[in-house]
Amino acid sequence: MKVSFTLNGKKQTVDTEGNTPLLWVIRDILDLKGTKFGCGKAACGACTLHVDGNAIRSCSFAVKYAEGKEITTIEGLGNPEKPHPVQQAWIEEVVPQCGYCQIGFIMAAAALIEKNDNPSDEDIDQNIVNICRCGTYYRMRKAIHRAAEIKRSTQTPKA
Amino acid sequence: MAKKFSRRKFIVRSLLGGTGLLIGGTFLARNSIRRSLYQIVNAGEMPYDGDTNDPRLWFEINDTNQITFYSPKVEMGQGTFTGLVQIAAEELEVEIEQINVVHAPTKSGVIDGLSTGGSTSISSLWQPLRELAATLREMLVIEAANQLGMDAKQLKVEKGVVSGGSTSLTYGEIVQGVENWEVPDTPPLKEAKDFKYIGKGISRVDLKAKVFGEPIFGLDAQMPDMLYGDVVRPSKIGATYLSADTSKAEKMPGVVKIVKEKDFVGVVARSRMEAHNAKKAIKVEWKTEKNWQSKDIEALIQVGEGDPMVIQTQGSAKSILSKAEEAGEEIRSEYTSPIGAHAQLEPNGAVAYVEKDKATIMMSTQVINMTRDEVADCLGMRADQVNIIPTYLGGGFGRRLHTPNAIQAALLSKAVGKPVKCFFDRKEEFQNDTFRPPTHHVMKAKLNADGLIEAIEHNVSSGDVMYGSALLPGYLQTVLGSDVGAWRGGMIQYGKIPNFRAISWRVKLPFATSWWRSLGLLANTFAIESFLDELAIRLKKDPVQFRLDQIQDDKAGDRLKKVIKSAADNAGYTDEVKNGRAMGFAASTDANTPVAHVAEVSVENNEIKVHKVTCAIDPGLAVNPDQVKAQSEGAIIMGLSAALYERMYVEDGELRPIIYGPYQMALMKNAPKEIDVLILENADAPGAVGEPPMGPIAAAIANAVFRLTGKRLRDLPLKLS
Repeated sequence: MKVSFTLNGKKQTVDTEGNTPLLWVIRDILDLKGTKFGCGKAACGACTLHVDGNAIRSCSFAVKYAEGKEITTIEGLGNPEKPHPVQQAWIEEVVPQCGYCQIGFIMAAAALIEKNDNPSDEDIDQNIVNICRCGTYYRMRKAIHRAAEIKRSTQTPKA
Repeated sequence: MAKKFSRRKFIVRSLLGGTGLLIGGTFLARNSIRRSLYQIVNAGEMPYDGDTNDPRLWFEINDTNQITFYSPKVEMGQGTFTGLVQIAAEELEVEIEQINVVHAPTKSGVIDGLSTGGSTSISSLWQPLRELAATLREMLVIEAANQLGMDAKQLKVEKGVVSGGSTSLTYGEIVQGVENWEVPDTPPLKEAKDFKYIGKGISRVDLKAKVFGEPIFGLDAQMPDMLYGDVVRPSKIGATYLSADTSKAEKMPGVVKIVKEKDFVGVVARSRMEAHNAKKAIKVEWKTEKNWQSKDIEALIQVGEGDPMVIQTQGSAKSILSKAEEAGEEIRSEYTSPIGAHAQLEPNGAVAYVEKDKATIMMSTQVINMTRDEVADCLGMRADQVNIIPTYLGGGFGRRLHTPNAIQAALLSKAVGKPVKCFFDRKEEFQNDTFRPPTHHVMKAKLNADGLIEAIEHNVSSGDVMYGSALLPGYLQTVLGSDVGAWRGGMIQYGKIPNFRAISWRVKLPFATSWWRSLGLLANTFAIESFLDELAIRLKKDPVQFRLDQIQDDKAGDRLKKVIKSAADNAGYTDEVKNGRAMGFAASTDANTPVAHVAEVSVENNEIKVHKVTCAIDPGLAVNPDQVKAQSEGAIIMGLSAALYERMYVEDGELRPIIYGPYQMALMKNAPKEIDVLILENADAPGAVGEPPMGPIAAAIANAVFRLTGKRLRDLPLKLS
C-alpha cells in the first residue's frame, strides 16, 4: 500500500506492506540510519522518534498509521550547525559511551522538554524509561536539566 | 627501562605516486598474562587461533594533510579511540582534530591477535604508540630539513607544520613525492610536564557522530544491491540442528533463496521483514539431550562439585581453618550470583559479501583477527582473501569476543552471490548469549585474639569464563592452572593476613558462559567484601579501619590503602544510619587497579535505592580523566544493575527471559543521582580502567542494606521481600 507522511519537514510517499514497522521504513527504505533497533518489542526505546511531536517506539508502530502524520527523526531534530538543545547539552556533558541507545534517549528527552521545559528529577524518572547498558544515566540526567535550561533561555518572552 | 624501537621494526611505504606516506610499527603484548601466553604458545608447538606475530600500528599522511590512524583496537564506548588520538597527537605535534582515527580493516595488515578487551587497549598501546608517533614526527622533520636545505635542529614543529625562519611546510606537503624515507632512532618522548593533551579531559572524538545519528554501527552497514538474511536459531539449551521443512517458507513474498547448511537453515529475502516472516515459517527439527531447569544448574554450581584448583595460598590456611571448624571457632558464610546476560543494545550481525576469490564482512566484533580466520576457514579461502571491516560497536562487554555469526552471513551471501545483511533478533540474543556464569561462594575465617583475621579462605564455584571460549581454547587450562576469568577478583587482597587460600571450582555448564565485563570480579568481590564486613561487624570494628589494618606495606598495598582512605574520607563514611540512609563500604583490586566504593542507600517499601556512590580509583596515569570518570560511572551503574535486578533463569530447557523488561535492568530512576569519582594517579603509565570500577559496587550496596535493615543479603540480585 502507499503511505504518505511528512518526514523531517519533507513530504514522503512509500509503497510497502502496511504492517511494516515504521522503524524499517525509515532505516531501510528511506535510508535514515540514526533510529536504531534494540529489541523490536517496544521494550528498550532505541527506536524512539516523534510522531506529531509524541515520542513513539517505531519498532512497534505500523507504517500504515503514519499516514498524514509529521514524523521527526534524529536527522531532523538538529545538526552540527543548528543542534537541538538536547543535542547541545549532550555534547556539553559528553554523555555517550557506545552511543547506540543515545538517539532514542535524545528523542525521548526532546519530547519531554517540549511539553515541560522545567522537568523535575521525578518527571525525568517517569518519562525517560529507555535502556542504556553502558550506564550513562548519571550524565543524561544532568544533560536533560541543561537542555531544559538552554530551551528556556532561548524562548521568546511572553508578552 | 622502556624498550626502544629499532629501525627494523618500522615499515614505511610511500603511497601510490608518492602522494603520501604510510608508516607502521609493531608492538609486543605488554600485559603480563598475554606475554606469558605468547611464551607458552611459542615454546610448545600448540595450535592457537590467535596470531602471535606482533600486530602493527599504522599512520597514513596524505596530500590533504589529513592524518589517518588505523586503530587495531575497536571503539565500543570505552573511549579508546579518544585516548589513542590524544597519545598520538601529543608526540606527533598535531591538534586532536587533525587525526582521523578509524577501525583498521584486516586487509590493512593491522591485526591484534588477542582482541579488544580486558581493559588493556590504552595500557598496551601507550608506549608503542608514543614511540611510533615520535619517530614519525622526527622523520618528517628530517625530510623537511632536506627539502628546505636547513639543519633539522633549526626547525620547529607545531600543529602539523614544520617551520624554520620564514618558511614552513605542512606534513602533507612534506610527504609529497618522497620515495625513500630515512627512519631515525626513536627520539626521547615528552615529559609529563609538557603534555598538551594527555591528562586532559577532552571531549570524545566520536561525540558528534553519536549525538547526530551518523550511521557508524554494525547495524547501519550496507553494501550496494544488498539482500537481507535470517537464520533459524535454537531456543532450547544444547539443541543441534537436524533438518528443516522449508516448503512454506519458499513460497513467501520477497524470498530469494532458502539456504540449507550442515548445521543451520536460513533464508535470504528482499527486506528484513520478509526474511523474518519467511524464517518463522520454517519448521526445524532439533535434537536436544535434556530438558534443563534452573534447579539443575544450581545443583551443578556448588562449591565441592567440579574441578578444584588452588589459585592463591599463603601460610597454613587449610589446617588452621580445619582445626577451627572442629573447635566451633570457624566463621562461615555462603554467597551466590545468577546467570547474567550481556543485553548490549546492538544485536550481533554482519553484512557479508562473498565473491569468487574474496570475501568482505562489515561488522561489530571484538575479535577481528579470529573472525577473519574462521570465515576464511569456512569458505576455503586464505586469510588474506577475507577482509573484515570493523564498525563502531553498540556495546561489547565481552559479548563479541567470539562472533561466528559472520560465518552464517558469509554462507548466505555465497548462496545468492550478493551482499547479505543478517542480524540476531532480541530473543536470539538472550537465548544464544555467552552468559556471565552463575557462582557459589563459601567464605571461611578464623579470627585471632587481636580482632584480626588469622586465616581466611574463599571458595568459588563458577561456570567457565575463558575455557571453552574460542579466544582461549581449553587446552590452555593445563598451563594457566585454572580459569583466569572466573577467579578475577577472587584472590584475597589483604596481604597482612598471615594465612589465606583461594580455591576455584570449575564447572562446565550446558550453555555457553564466557566474558562479561570484569568477569568474576563483581561476584567474587561481593562475596569477599560482604564477608569482611560481616567480620568487622562481629568484632564491632570500623569496617574501613579493619581493612586498612590488614593491608601489607608494599606498593600495591599503599595504592589500595590510598583509594580506601580517599573514598571513605570523601564520602564521610559512617556506620550510623542518618535520615533513613546508610553507607556501605567495599574495595577491590583488579588488573592492578585498586578501587573503593562507598554506597549511600535507603530502603522504601522493600525497594533498595542507591542515592550516591563515592568511587576512588587509581588507574595509573589517566590519559583522559573525564573518560576515566565516565567508565567508572558506567561500571558502577552496570554493576548496580546486576547487583539489584538482573537474573537469567532456565525453564523447560530454555534460557529466559527473552526480552528487556522481564530481564530487569537499571533504568534512569534507579541510577544514583550523585556519583563522585576521585582519580588518584600514581604512575608514569596508564593502567586498567574499563572493568576495575565495577568490582566493589554489589558488596557496598549489600553492606549498606545490612546497616539499614539488619538483614544480610548474600544472593544476587539483592532482594528484601
